[in-house]
Amino acid sequence: MATSPATGLPRWEADPILSVEHLFMRFGGLIAVNDLSFKVGRGDITALIGPNGAGKTTVFNCITGFYKPSEGRLILAHGRAPTPDEIAEVTRIGERALVGRDAGVYLLERMPDYRVSGEAKVARTFQNIRLFTGMTVLENLMVAQHNALMAASGYSLKGLFGLPGWTKAQKAATETAKYWLDKVGLTDRADDPAGDLPYGAQRRLEIARAMCSEPILLCLDEPAAGLNPRESLELNTLLRAIRAEHGTSILLIEHDMSVVMEISDHVVVLDYGTKISDGTPRAVKDDPRVIAAYLGVDEDAVEEVEAELHIEHAATGAGA
Amino acid sequence: MAVQTAETAPPAAPAAAANAVLAPAFKDALIAGLVALGLFGPLIGFETVIIDGALGLAYRPSLLAIMVGIIFVGRLLLNLTVWSPNRRPATHAGPTVFERVGTLIGPGVKPALLAFAVLFPAIAAYSMGGLNQSRYLIDLGILILTYVMLGWGLNIVVGLAGLLDLGYVAFYAVGAYTYALLATSAPINDFFAGLFGATFWANWAFWFCLPMAGIFAGVWGMILGFPVLRLRGDYLAIVTLAFGEIIRLVLINWVDFTNGGAGIASIPRATFFGIQFNAGPDGFAALFGLPFNPMHRIIFLYFVILALALVTAFVTVRLRRLPVGRAWEALREDEIACRSLGINTTTTKLSAFATGAMFGGFAGCFFAVRAGFVSPESFTFDVSAMILAIVVLGGMGSQIGVAVAAAVMMGGMEMLRNLGFLRQIFGNDFDPSLYRMLIFGFAMVAIMVWKPRGLVSTRDPTIFLKERKAVSGDLVKEGHG
Repeated sequence: MATSPATGLPRWEADPILSVEHLFMRFGGLIAVNDLSFKVGRGDITALIGPNGAGKTTVFNCITGFYKPSEGRLILAHGRAPTPDEIAEVTRIGERALVGRDAGVYLLERMPDYRVSGEAKVARTFQNIRLFTGMTVLENLMVAQHNALMAASGYSLKGLFGLPGWTKAQKAATETAKYWLDKVGLTDRADDPAGDLPYGAQRRLEIARAMCSEPILLCLDEPAAGLNPRESLELNTLLRAIRAEHGTSILLIEHDMSVVMEISDHVVVLDYGTKISDGTPRAVKDDPRVIAAYLGVDEDAVEEVEAELHIEHAATGAGA
Repeated sequence: MAVQTAETAPPAAPAAAANAVLAPAFKDALIAGLVALGLFGPLIGFETVIIDGALGLAYRPSLLAIMVGIIFVGRLLLNLTVWSPNRRPATHAGPTVFERVGTLIGPGVKPALLAFAVLFPAIAAYSMGGLNQSRYLIDLGILILTYVMLGWGLNIVVGLAGLLDLGYVAFYAVGAYTYALLATSAPINDFFAGLFGATFWANWAFWFCLPMAGIFAGVWGMILGFPVLRLRGDYLAIVTLAFGEIIRLVLINWVDFTNGGAGIASIPRATFFGIQFNAGPDGFAALFGLPFNPMHRIIFLYFVILALALVTAFVTVRLRRLPVGRAWEALREDEIACRSLGINTTTTKLSAFATGAMFGGFAGCFFAVRAGFVSPESFTFDVSAMILAIVVLGGMGSQIGVAVAAAVMMGGMEMLRNLGFLRQIFGNDFDPSLYRMLIFGFAMVAIMVWKPRGLVSTRDPTIFLKERKAVSGDLVKEGHG
């Protein structure tokens, strides 16, 4: 499912939309993310999991520009996988991005948060929902299309006089909003304040709002937190539809294993800021390190596992 | 316990129930009376008097008894009525009377107020029995409209973008001094005198300087905006407060440029688009075939400020429905979410500061042309506080609320000057103007208790799919600064 037909490599290796390379994040003496490298495949649903405090949200904040990483490179590729030369070039010249006609390379660690979302097209949601509660559902979706509308309103000059170009753009934006309202089943509540919606609907609205900014990579921070099983199921359907109909790649943090195992193509497991496992959901589920991190084991068991891994490693090394 | 008694007491024993209420109520009132005695004893019971050149004490037991009695009886009455455990909480089924009246007359309020504002000079002249007699009322109208405009300008910064600005008067001052300095500038006057004739600049200065004042104030808004972008809440308020004071102190101390505390006098008056309001043959009255009357200029000024205020309202209403206005409100609601949606919060904040400041600059330019004299004393912190009070009282973000609040505040302050009738109640020693600020303060406290989110607390959505529903003020955030 997640393998590339041409090379036989998994898709995240063959055509990564996002490559996280040697990411470090230090807060004073605390190392929240320690030399983390992983790739997110184009068109994949990738899950970032790990026990509480593993550094998942910190990684998200680094990717979306809310934190400046202490070290590391975050490469976002528009269009196609960039060649190593292109990556080396953009890194060397010190620019934020190298954008061609059909492809672009963005170095997210060099971009402020609003550019990550506005130019690199990485949208995100938050663990604790951050809607504009005093604005209506529709207004929330209109704010998400700010940059496109701002240009269409001639930076407010055309809009102030109600010129036709602006009215047309506003109408188109309303249509986009309506499309997403329909998608998340909130059309009937379009004119209600966002703060009045029930919790599950607020979660869906936040995803719809992120999608209104037309991202190529959607980062969801615990989208299923606080949802009941039926709502979780609806969320799975929604995320699959987003991927299928819009080609948006999805990176999500999730504790709900029913969601993770059900929909993800690729799972990355973090513990204490370090990657402990990376692969398909099935491979990760059976990984003894993941089991140890989640369930906890006593000292002997850790040594046993380590010994076993060492043997395994040596065996594969000898085999190759 | 009292609550339980009240609920469970059978109707056959009303006397017992009444007793159960009366005893604790009496006890509570007695304690309140004792506290009042302790407090008022030294404060009211004693009075220092000069007896034969020495300081002595006089006692006022009767006044003390009256005060304590008021507290005791008032507390007892409240305990038995409003705070009584027997009292059933009023159940609100459906909208209250006020809300129903509101929805009934709601659509008509704005046109009615606008019509009143346009017809105000005529109404004032008619009711006062002549143009000259209506001067006081029309001056008051101009004052109120100036504050309406300032309120609407500050509303952009505080109400929409949620950035608490305590130094708004700085932009008012920048606008006023822009006009005062440019209009009285000899080089500019000479330059235009050479091109278009000697009186050109005096006749047209206001109309050239009005946009300049707005632009300068807007630029100053941005200059203020840059250093405070990272600040929020209390810190932002303090820095803006300091900025207001800095501008005033610069105006006082830069004597070469601004003429210091003495101010700038004999600023050219407003003209009817180049035609002066004087008794001469080229004057406004002669050209329009009217008998000369100095009130013409005042009435013209009234309409100028009315037009400026309406432009402010129009632009603000339009901007709210544009992406920039929605971004301001989104910024007030949640700045981090804004940034996650690609909104550049720096330029958004700066645009709010600059737009608000621009309207402050227009108002300042008008102030200078109306008064014909500017000095730093006109731009103290009191003005900033007054404008902010108007915005908060009116309901942050609401146009009509701010207009009503400005009328109530400025009109109310003026009315409190003329409370001569209180002398008939309290005797001739009573000077009502001394109590002006006290009464005013009470009124503000009362309104904020009754309507904590301002007169108009609901938010009007900027776009709707099926029907426009007002957003309750409880959901709308006030901004982090």
